Amino acid sequence: MPSLGADMDAGTVVRWLVKPGDDVRRGDVVAVIDTEKATIEAEIFESGVVEELVVHEGERVPVGTVLARLGTPSVAPPPSKRRARPEPALVTAPAAVATGAPAAPAPPPRLAPAAHSPVVRHLAEQLGVDLARCHGTGPGGAITRADVERAARPRAGEAPARRRAARRAGAAAVTPGRPAQAPSQPPGPRRPVSPYARRLAAELGVDLGAVRGTGPEGSIVAHDVQLAAAEAAAAGREDLTAPPGETPARAPAAAAARPEQPDAERQAALRRAIGALMARSKREIPHYYLSTTIDVGAALGWLEQANLDRAVPERLVLPVLLLKATARAVAKVPEMNGFFVDGAFVPSEAVHVGVAVSLRTGGVIAPAIHDVARLSADELMGKLRDLVGRARAGALRSSEMSDPTITVTNLGDLGVEAVFGVIYPPQVALVGFGRATERPVARDGLLGVRPCVTATLSADHRASDGHRGGRFLAEIDRLLQEPETL
Amino acid sequence: MTRASAVPAPKAGTASGRAPGEDHGLHLLREMLRIRRFEERCVELYSKTAIRGFLHLGIGEEACAVGVMDALTPDDAVVATYREHAHALARGVSMRSTMAELEGKLEGCSRGRGGSMHLFDAATRLYGGNAIVAGGLPLAVGLALADHLQGAQRVTACFFGDGAVAEGEFHESMNLASLWHLPVLFCCENNLYAMGTALERAQAETDLSLRAASYRVPSWEVDGMDVLAVEDTARHAAEAVRAGGGPHFLELRTYRFRAHSMYDPELYRDKSEVERWKERDPIPALIARLSADGLLGGGELEQLEAEIAAELDDAVAYADAGTLEAVEDLERFVTSERAEEAGPR
Amino acid sequence: MSTTTYREAMRRSLRDALQRDERVFLMGEDVGRYGGCYAVSLGLLEEFGPERVRDTPLSESAFVGAGIGAALGGMRPIVEIMTVNFSLLALDQIMNNAATLLYMSGGQFNVPLVIRMTTGAGRQLAAQHSHSLEGWYTHIPGLRVLAPATLEDARGMLWPALCDPDPVLIFENGALYNTEGELADDAGPVDISTAAIRRSGGDVTLVAYGGTLRSALGAAEELAGDGVEAEVIDLRCLRPLDDATILGSVARTHRAVVVDEGWRTGSLSAEVSARITEEAFYDLDAPVARVCSAEVPMPYARHLEDAALPHADDVVAAVHRLGA
Repeated sequence: MPSLGADMDAGTVVRWLVKPGDDVRRGDVVAVIDTEKATIEAEIFESGVVEELVVHEGERVPVGTVLARLGTPSVAPPPSKRRARPEPALVTAPAAVATGAPAAPAPPPRLAPAAHSPVVRHLAEQLGVDLARCHGTGPGGAITRADVERAARPRAGEAPARRRAARRAGAAAVTPGRPAQAPSQPPGPRRPVSPYARRLAAELGVDLGAVRGTGPEGSIVAHDVQLAAAEAAAAGREDLTAPPGETPARAPAAAAARPEQPDAERQAALRRAIGALMARSKREIPHYYLSTTIDVGAALGWLEQANLDRAVPERLVLPVLLLKATARAVAKVPEMNGFFVDGAFVPSEAVHVGVAVSLRTGGVIAPAIHDVARLSADELMGKLRDLVGRARAGALRSSEMSDPTITVTNLGDLGVEAVFGVIYPPQVALVGFGRATERPVARDGLLGVRPCVTATLSADHRASDGHRGGRFLAEIDRLLQEPETL
Repeated sequence: MTRASAVPAPKAGTASGRAPGEDHGLHLLREMLRIRRFEERCVELYSKTAIRGFLHLGIGEEACAVGVMDALTPDDAVVATYREHAHALARGVSMRSTMAELEGKLEGCSRGRGGSMHLFDAATRLYGGNAIVAGGLPLAVGLALADHLQGAQRVTACFFGDGAVAEGEFHESMNLASLWHLPVLFCCENNLYAMGTALERAQAETDLSLRAASYRVPSWEVDGMDVLAVEDTARHAAEAVRAGGGPHFLELRTYRFRAHSMYDPELYRDKSEVERWKERDPIPALIARLSADGLLGGGELEQLEAEIAAELDDAVAYADAGTLEAVEDLERFVTSERAEEAGPR
Repeated sequence: MSTTTYREAMRRSLRDALQRDERVFLMGEDVGRYGGCYAVSLGLLEEFGPERVRDTPLSESAFVGAGIGAALGGMRPIVEIMTVNFSLLALDQIMNNAATLLYMSGGQFNVPLVIRMTTGAGRQLAAQHSHSLEGWYTHIPGLRVLAPATLEDARGMLWPALCDPDPVLIFENGALYNTEGELADDAGPVDISTAAIRRSGGDVTLVAYGGTLRSALGAAEELAGDGVEAEVIDLRCLRPLDDATILGSVARTHRAVVVDEGWRTGSLSAEVSARITEEAFYDLDAPVARVCSAEVPMPYARHLEDAALPHADDVVAAVHRLGA
């Protein structure tokens, strides 16, 4: 795929003008390429015989990808990165139904995706909107930017506050490279103290809490600190010694980061976003932690049986049961499912389980699978697979980011036995599952070996307490002992 | 309104009556071929992302740069536009240096700082490489002003396109140069399109040499596809300028065979128009002329192509192997490194 | 020592330069026959002739660009743009050529050009003739920007600016031309890279330049009556800024007010304020205050223009609000 412009990252082969077996000469136009800005004829720079068309019509590949092979092949071509595009289909609107009244004019047929403007296509890709299902309000039924943005928004009818709060939390992790929103200020009154006064207070050992401020807006200024220090010295009092305060470090010189590659920059930005989110979570949410060991012998046995009837691509895995159990357990302990917003816990009717997915570029995001409790095991498996794939490809929908009501993190496949995670605000609980391992278990006085999973709960103490948390884990355990009911 | 000055100009559209000597003819052919092959290679390098940013090729317009440069002396100055590979090469900037600049290497004529649109070379008095349309015209006027004030008998050749004629700076510069009688040779490469806007959609009066003449500047149209005509006219004009005749204007009627830049789908012109102009390709035209004069019978053309190919391959290899300027040097040359010795004379 | 005016001092610097170096010449609208819009170049045409004192047509872009080209070609031009208001027509040449040629060419081509412009408001010249855009120009790497506010600087900045191998912009506030004062007869070149402390004080730092220096000094006088000793800094060189002087002062006074005739938003005062915050945060006893022009296109009516511009009493009020 040639670079046909300064800002071209990828292109689509719209049409091949040659086929295997054709003779081509240097300078011949061999393909028509769509670059999102324009359609360009691509020429070839070598002469030879076309051996193989590696990239097919309709495929969109990054600049630099091998498009075709000429001459005698000597080595097998390296796997090219391809992202298959859906077949463009012309969708025609249903004909207007005659109702006796003058029929409304039939809406114009919607355009095939290939004919949408490059801006629209790019935006749709970015927001994870399926253009084939997007309603167009532009001329001729064309899909406009606004249409795409509208399609990407979360469903109407949800509490706006929750959405805003959730978006604030989730927005940081949606797209790599976008920095987190500024975390809200911790509650409580702030006393303005000028930087110089603060420094002086540290140097002079003055407790700012006892100083009256006379500066602008009631701020404590150097004069006030100096006065306090002088008074203390005069009165010979010693209890004005301030608690050991750190000397404010000199602000580090702002060094503009100049990463070598854009990837590094995105990784760094993602790290920062996650870091900010986690820092805020730790700062604002009083976490408590519980763990329990769950015997998953029954669950594994059920899976084995169930998978006998399923083709390999459709086989169920343990996380499906873990997710179901978690979602169902919420019914017994609703304080685990919802949001802590504006100083109060708001339970959620729906149970949308956020699934923590690790990204190849580094970092973790936790998009939601909706209504987990109501899904069948197969449906859940399908959604889980789809979600992980799309999360890693950066094709999530914003509703998936803003909707989790509780999150599950499952690092079992990495071999970790137990994980105590950090809650994603404004949620109030995070359930962790470790690796399934064979462990010695005492039962009825006898020692046996059973497959076990350590389940952990990180929960918000403002919404629940250890008793309720324990109840929750116990319920998950109970459900997993009866996997056929899940 | 004055058109041509007292110096008789060749009729537009015809080749010069002078038969070129063998060396001279081959020299012109070599210069044009070097440019042509260089530009073609740039297409490939750009597609491979060895060259980035904007790339404006002058394929089809070679005769303009080659013809005019031939009329200049090494002491003269040249101001060009962002479509200036041809001008740099014809002026004498090495292929190596030019190619390295296109690849952003330290060994490039502008240290990799400029890229395709900003080729500068102090040794050949090439003052860019200017990316603002018509931005170079005032510079050319200033260079000529310096020559005038210093009593130097030099010419400043200023290249620009038909698009520049729409900019205020064209008119201000023509006026100022004429008013102050400055030694500027204004060379307008009229390829009929300012990016995607055809001349007749941009100019109420499309006769550009007529426009220039309105500033009392002697103005000629030249067939820009005939390198001999260009060279001959340019020589006359440059001599007039050098002799103190004030600014002169050449309208070089030419055509670019490729798009405005690499990323241009050419929606604004008909393929058939391009094909018609390709029939007037300056290089085959010169080859035909030299052959008819019996000057290419001994395999000279093949020899030429081989030499050029070798020079080009060498330049690309040189550029590929070039170094990247150290990032630590990013802020060098924002201002001068040593206070230049000035002070009282 | 003799009594003279800012205008006269500027004229003396031009004469001096034209005499010293035959590469120097002056070019601009009405600098010759008319004697200069502000009478700064009066008499120079007669003394040096039309080759060296050149009247140009009303073609800012062309004659500024020609100045750049002449500088490239070995001359030392002084281009006078009548006012900063008209410089917008030459902005492309200044930004894309003068400031950038050295860098773009990889160090090959110097542009030793001086551009002088009159700036500022206060004479009821209304919206299109009252800009203070020197702050805009300080945004551009590759330029040196000067603002002479005193007679010594009016007399002494031009020659070193001409000696600079890179482009220099000199902004002369129009309200200063008539200011009178004492100037040494042998007054000569001054440095063009440092700020000057025009008045020492320990309670608050007033940062000013060009036309606002007077307001700052006036405010300092009044504040002294209240027992507040203000330190007044004249920036002199707007790009590059003399951080050391500014920060050193704030380290002593712990309060700063920046006085800038430009509009507040995105102005030079914003830059100064940002630097103080970045580098002297822990020295500050109060936020950095700014006294700027009201964010309006300059009105014609006298009382409105007055209300829009920064004055000494605005500075005094700002200082009081800081709690000094």
